[in-house]
Amino acid sequence: MLSRIPIHTRAVLMSVLAALLACFVLMPRGEAQESAVVVHLWHAYGESEGHGLEAAVRGFEQTRPDVDVVVTAIPFGAYASKLEVAIPSGHGPDAFIDAHDRLATYVQAHVIAPFGALPSETLADFAAPQVEALQWDSQNYGVPLNAKSLVLFVNRSLGDPDVFTTLESFEAWHRDGIVPLAWEVESTYGSAALFHAYGAHFLDAEGHYALNSPEGAEALQHLSLLPQGGTVPEESSGELVRNLFRSGHALAAVSGPWLAPDLTEIDFAVRPLPHVEAANGAPLVPFATIEAFFLSARGSESGRGNEAQRSEALRALGLYLASTEGARTRLNEGGHIVATRSAWSEASPAWQRACRDAAADALPMPTHPNMSRVFGPTDRAIRKVLRGEMDAETALTEARHRFDDETRALPEERSPTFAFVFVSSLLALIVFALAKQVSSPEQRIAIKRSMPAYAWVLHAFVIVLVLVVFPLFVGAITSFYAGHGRDLHYVGTANYEDILSARGGSLFASGSFYVVLGVTVLWTVVNVVLHVGIGVLLALLLSRPLLHFKTAYRVLLVLPWAVPSYVTALAWRGMFHRQFGAVNAILALFNVEPVSWFAQFSTAFTANVTTNVWLGFPFMMVVTLGALTSIPKDLYEAAEVDGATPFEQFRFITMPMLAPALLPAVLMGAVWTFNMFNVVFLVSAGEPDGTTEILVSEAYRWAFTRGQQTGYAAAYAVLIFGLLFLFSRWSLPKRAKATHPTKAAT
Amino acid sequence: MKPRELLVHAVLIIALIFALYPILWVVALAFSDVVTPQASAFPAPTNPSFAHFTAVLGRVDGEGRWLFARQLMSSLLVSVSTALVAIVIATPAAYALSRFTFVGKEFSVKSLLATQMFPGIAAAVPLYLLLDALGLLDTLSGLVLVYATSAVPFALFQLRGAFDSIPKELEEAAMVDGATRFGAFVRVVLPAARPALAITALFAFMSAWNEFALAATFLTREEHYTLPILLQSYASEHSANMGHFAAGAILVSLPVMALFYVLQRQLIHGLTAGGVKG
Repeated sequence: MLSRIPIHTRAVLMSVLAALLACFVLMPRGEAQESAVVVHLWHAYGESEGHGLEAAVRGFEQTRPDVDVVVTAIPFGAYASKLEVAIPSGHGPDAFIDAHDRLATYVQAHVIAPFGALPSETLADFAAPQVEALQWDSQNYGVPLNAKSLVLFVNRSLGDPDVFTTLESFEAWHRDGIVPLAWEVESTYGSAALFHAYGAHFLDAEGHYALNSPEGAEALQHLSLLPQGGTVPEESSGELVRNLFRSGHALAAVSGPWLAPDLTEIDFAVRPLPHVEAANGAPLVPFATIEAFFLSARGSESGRGNEAQRSEALRALGLYLASTEGARTRLNEGGHIVATRSAWSEASPAWQRACRDAAADALPMPTHPNMSRVFGPTDRAIRKVLRGEMDAETALTEARHRFDDETRALPEERSPTFAFVFVSSLLALIVFALAKQVSSPEQRIAIKRSMPAYAWVLHAFVIVLVLVVFPLFVGAITSFYAGHGRDLHYVGTANYEDILSARGGSLFASGSFYVVLGVTVLWTVVNVVLHVGIGVLLALLLSRPLLHFKTAYRVLLVLPWAVPSYVTALAWRGMFHRQFGAVNAILALFNVEPVSWFAQFSTAFTANVTTNVWLGFPFMMVVTLGALTSIPKDLYEAAEVDGATPFEQFRFITMPMLAPALLPAVLMGAVWTFNMFNVVFLVSAGEPDGTTEILVSEAYRWAFTRGQQTGYAAAYAVLIFGLLFLFSRWSLPKRAKATHPTKAAT
Repeated sequence: MKPRELLVHAVLIIALIFALYPILWVVALAFSDVVTPQASAFPAPTNPSFAHFTAVLGRVDGEGRWLFARQLMSSLLVSVSTALVAIVIATPAAYALSRFTFVGKEFSVKSLLATQMFPGIAAAVPLYLLLDALGLLDTLSGLVLVYATSAVPFALFQLRGAFDSIPKELEEAAMVDGATRFGAFVRVVLPAARPALAITALFAFMSAWNEFALAATFLTREEHYTLPILLQSYASEHSANMGHFAAGAILVSLPVMALFYVLQRQLIHGLTAGGVKG
């Protein structure tokens, strides 16, 4: 029977069957139906805190045998975006644990549901600000679990923790090779404590940027003196703070309770952050984040059992985790700095109690949705002042303008009638043209002749259409909408108008579409030239017939390709550190002054290019090696007979034979480089001041850090597509002629 | 050795240092017990130990299950399936694109090429909704489909080029001898394209093996996680442990390095069959 089917159709059938089989084998077995209520709880804790939470959940399950809690750890980096994608589409957890500062954003994105008022005996067990932080629009949204803030860790073997009570005492302390205070002052979160000490606020009551005040400028001025005077390390990151303190190279560190588990070999004490004499002796007040138990807004699905029973079980779980018993388990098993006051006793380690007290005195981060957009502009202002490019006041005024621009009102809704008429008439026109073509007799014959070929391509065609073309098409349509997350309304071409008019600012200001496009083109050209240059040079050397160790060279030189690119991008970022990076250490061997790689465009761009060249040259090398093997040897022999020099052989044989083979790879490489997001995002992160940003990373920022303006980011994506499409139209005809000489001849 | 030979080796050694230097830093970090921030030009571990490796390899979840082994299995399943799906779907179609002319061929090829120019982030949310509609969210097969969106177009171009470079005369001779088109394809063309098939499969495998962002978005069950997600959890904001991260990175890279070593000949001949015309 099967043999009657034409043989190529059979091939297609077999391949589809194989694909389906692969899918089937991978399909998970359905979960067995249980009588207990199953609830899903997500968290983003690391290993030890995760164990503490699981232990408390087991405790809950013992008191409530009718409830089965499935606990899932989500990687921190993907947590928020995952909640925002999954829950509004009816997936994700029934409840989750997260910091309170995203509360308002989650409410707007329909991610969380109100928890309802807390019982009064629970309320009495928390500090009032920690409960208030979970309110929005006069509703309570969660149960407070933990409170975290920055604290001061002091290395006892280097100094007496009770002596260092002011910031000035650190400024006066000097010892060779040891940093007085490991503190991440470059970041807004790290430096917030100093702004608060001077009485500055990040947002006013209406949610407008308020840091550009005299107090803010004074604080930033003081901040800029700290790295200059050697009080805090340069270009600090959380990782650097941790390593400096952990290895005994810092007298003290400003960090959070998460640092403590790593300090097994350090005799340390935890104290509140010091006071600032210059700010009339006011204390440094860090932000507090309240980790809370939230209910997801996931709609009730049919067949998920009794909803009333489930929601009762979820509330009971939240209240249990915050109860004395649940909190004590989390504290003892996972080192959680629990917010429940009755869970604490004198038996807890002194450092944990000090963290608890510091969090209680800290300022809960504002819940206003605009808070998340304070960080980007403020980070930039701080770095500009630290680099000495600008005075504090000007930098903060600029930050305010940037904040205003990123939070400005979305374009107004437009009537889709015109677009509807336009698109439908366009569709009608296309259908008409196609129908006319198909109805012509020659076309019919051609289509009939094509039938056997269609049997070979049909399945691939359908799969590409559904999996590749359709999602991209939907993504492109989003560019005509504006809004945050999934709250979108139709705005016609307003996003494109905004982008192409540089949001009403100067066309040549940093961050304008045209400037970023220029950087992107420069980035692509430099990278491709270096990829091809280095790749071809190495391939030519490796193809020398009598070369020793040829295989060893070849195998080792492709290794950069085998390591995941996000790993090596981070490694390169570390190597370009001003104080502790390997690149400056190498330069020091040649008596070159240390370079602040991310302080100027030219050096930051160089750092990005170095990383990307490192990632990309093996590909071009391998492509060239392959192309070289296909050049007939007798050509060189003939040339040698004719007395051609090695250079002439290269110029008149190798180059012309190589070029057509390399062209497709070069074009593909150009497209990949144009959209190379990882390197720019991880190495320079756009520094200094967003100048090294390329179009894709700019789109990413609009999509994820500037209030999730999905439509605006999609418009960027469509523009990138348009530019690359034009580029390929311009370069493809040449390629077609060059790569198909045989076809052209026949 | 002649001076010219010495110069060649000098250039290659400089390239080698450039290529290996950052990797050696990752290795040094992975074997360092406590990292001491010091400006140093030479990647050497401080207090060498295997602690990071044993911690990464020995990680268990709340119920005592061995996470590394499970996630290694997930990674292998997903990556091998991606490679298989890409090859199975793309091979016949790429052959047709290389050998037949048919109505709509030009347009299809151009459109396929155009999709490669669209930045992927534009498609993430629609793709999520699509998988949701298919009921494949949170399954490894769903993730394979997501990876197929980039692996299949790449395989189509790569294999089409490979078939272009295999002379038509080979299968024409087989067909004169009585083989069908399909028979000639299986017995003559596919064996000749073996290096290209191996390399195409290797790239599809690698793209899935190293991918993090999509895996973290589309999977929610810990036992389904692939290794890069495990890796990323060591680089999280507060409890970052770059030693664990580096050790994990080396463990993740080893299989790909081994494949590169095994397939080094195919790598050179398979990759370029696409562009080269003998």
